[in-house]
Amino acid sequence: MDVKAIIKKSGSLIGLVVLFVVIACLNSSFIDPGNLKNLLRQVSINALISFGMTFVILTGGIDLSVGSILALSSALMGSFIVGGLDPILGIVLACLIGAALGAVNGLVITYGKVAPFIATLATMTIFRGMTLVYTNGNPISGLTENEAFLNFGQGYFLELPVPAVMMLIMFGILYFILHKTPLGRKTYAVGGNEKVSYIAGIKINRIKIFAYTITGMLCGMAGAILTSRLNSAQPTAGTGYELDAIAAVVLGGTSLSGGKGRIVGTLVGALIIGTLNNGLNILNVSSFYQQVVKGIVILLAVLMDRKKS
Amino acid sequence: MEIELRNIHKAFGSNEVLKGVNLKLKSGEVHALMGENGAGKSTLMNILTGLHKQDKGSVFVDGQEMHFKNPVDAEKYGIAFIHQELNIWPNLSILENLFLMHSITNKFGMLDFQKMRQIAEEKCREIHIELPLDMEAGECSVGQQQMTEIVRNLLLDAKVVIMDEPTAALTDRETEKLFEVMKSLKKRGVAMVYISHRMEEVFNNCDVITVMRDGISVDTRPVNEYGLDEIVRDMVGRSITEFYPERRNLPGEIIMEVKNFNQPGVFHDVNFNLKKGEILGIAGLMGSGRTEIMRAIFGVDKCESGEVFFKGQKLKIEKPEDAIKAGFGFITENRKTEGLILDFSIMRNIALPSIDEFARKSIIDYKRVNEFSHGLADKLGVKAHTLDLEAGALSGGNQQKVVIAKWVGMNPDVIIMDEPTRGIDVGAKRDIYELMNELTASGVSIIMVSSELPEVLGMSDRILVIHEGKIAGELMSSEATQEKIMSLATGGL
Repeated sequence: MDVKAIIKKSGSLIGLVVLFVVIACLNSSFIDPGNLKNLLRQVSINALISFGMTFVILTGGIDLSVGSILALSSALMGSFIVGGLDPILGIVLACLIGAALGAVNGLVITYGKVAPFIATLATMTIFRGMTLVYTNGNPISGLTENEAFLNFGQGYFLELPVPAVMMLIMFGILYFILHKTPLGRKTYAVGGNEKVSYIAGIKINRIKIFAYTITGMLCGMAGAILTSRLNSAQPTAGTGYELDAIAAVVLGGTSLSGGKGRIVGTLVGALIIGTLNNGLNILNVSSFYQQVVKGIVILLAVLMDRKKS
Repeated sequence: MEIELRNIHKAFGSNEVLKGVNLKLKSGEVHALMGENGAGKSTLMNILTGLHKQDKGSVFVDGQEMHFKNPVDAEKYGIAFIHQELNIWPNLSILENLFLMHSITNKFGMLDFQKMRQIAEEKCREIHIELPLDMEAGECSVGQQQMTEIVRNLLLDAKVVIMDEPTAALTDRETEKLFEVMKSLKKRGVAMVYISHRMEEVFNNCDVITVMRDGISVDTRPVNEYGLDEIVRDMVGRSITEFYPERRNLPGEIIMEVKNFNQPGVFHDVNFNLKKGEILGIAGLMGSGRTEIMRAIFGVDKCESGEVFFKGQKLKIEKPEDAIKAGFGFITENRKTEGLILDFSIMRNIALPSIDEFARKSIIDYKRVNEFSHGLADKLGVKAHTLDLEAGALSGGNQQKVVIAKWVGMNPDVIIMDEPTRGIDVGAKRDIYELMNELTASGVSIIMVSSELPEVLGMSDRILVIHEGKIAGELMSSEATQEKIMSLATGGL
């Protein structure tokens, strides 16, 4: 493979490395092991959601409700734990609730024939509203003293933050599904040409419902991590997360029209956004400017991508 | 394997499409299915492959009556339909396209790409073709995509392959390759249904011809017992001598001159003129630069140098807008992507380029749009019960009439038509030829690019032949023959 092809294939990775080096040169405390671990932990939640978003976008859809799913599963989980549920089972519960909410999205989109943007825009509001109703707008705090549960968001495993470990495990599983199984390849097929897929006998609805369900499950898991980290469920948790997730997917080179992209790219995309957030903080850039910079980076990445093709 | 369709009837609502069709397919036979668009060919094939269900009549496979529920079901019995719009996934590799629905996995449920590659290569060798298995299908040529579909069906052990206008978008070489592959399929005992409007291909490659007209099968005969005249008569109910309308008006003075058009690697030193009321035929092989020259003249594509003089004045054409303002119209070869907005109604399509004319103080006067569109649709014989119908729902011939109506509505002096009758049926072709005659009689000049030699010969007053981006020769229609054009187009003489 020649140099051009390598650059083309790993453009976002090169971007990540450049970003990393530049920030490290400007302020060396960026590469303190402590900060890097912190960065990984911060990235995990967005990465998990973005993995699911990758599936959804590959089918040609979009999921705006991810942040709301995260909040609702977190709140339900919190209240169950306060009510006496084993906290570890609580984590499982959060994943299941997330999956169920994701499945609702999938059903509305496939059988209800509602455009994904509209359907998830609606459920985004509905799920958020339900969270606020359920919690009365108040955080559910002081959930448990259970160490195993608190470690889920705060602990370390082999020097790595546990959320990062979870994120990497999920990455492995999803990578496997997407690239090594018929289910994964059919996900690409549906996004690539839905009509052809239909004629070929692919069960399009099932593939789509799977994509939204897995996204919901990952949101539930991300919610559990967040809850464990704070030992508290916040009704406003996850607000705006959909945009970071979509940004990570797009930065990773996945096409918003579906059918093209790689989950490795999404991981890199999530790392770019995490590095920007963390790095700009370390460089003392005001949070107002941070948003401007983040937006510019996304725009640049897409523009460069367009130029290549 | 033998397949028989017996007395098939089908109606969509009150529209009776098939009124008792019979068709027999034998293994190792290429069976041409001919007929105008709307004759019911596609509907018949959709019934055979389980997409539609017949109202009356039966499908027999080896003497046993079958009821296919859907195309996948028919596929299980080895019946495959390769549609004109190819069913491929452009974002997946050729290999994945071949195996997506019948993937081979190892015992851990993982895709076994190595094994799949091996099988695919073997199959390709068997029919003597090569496919770039790792390339994204969308980046492959239409010919390669088509071969991919054929191989995919062979992998499923297809016994009947139906092909709908398979050569419509192929280059000459790809077409040849397709015929070779068809021969080797024949040897393997595959039965083929070949739907085509191209007589030459049918005569050279098919064994049996069935002609359909208005939902009935008119006749079935071996190819050597069916003459061209008889086929045309059976298809349209009139004979071929009346097929090209007589050109009555004589071309007038020169109104347009094209000078020194150059685009390195595409075309060189293109000089020609056009007379008032003339039909100038542009012949040449696909890829000779015919279309590119026209696109450059109209300002769609850039060119390095070149001047256009119109009624003695030099024009400055940088974009299509300039050409339209000068009084040109351009009917491109891509009806569905460049000619029409398929989601728009017929009326909105017709009125689209003229819409500013109907706006008074920026508000569109729909009553006048309505009159305007109806006038043109009537003039061009667009067959639709309402002009509110989406253009995408029309047959190819009717779509082409809408495209022409759109440009005629602008009252242009010059219309460039690129493949004006490609993929449309004989009846609609005739309508379009008559329309071209009427237009030139009223003083419009037409440049007609066409791959169909009979059409070029039948309609042009003068013919330019393009070879490798250069004008290889100019012929008056009185002296032109197919042989002369072909030898110029292939670089002979």
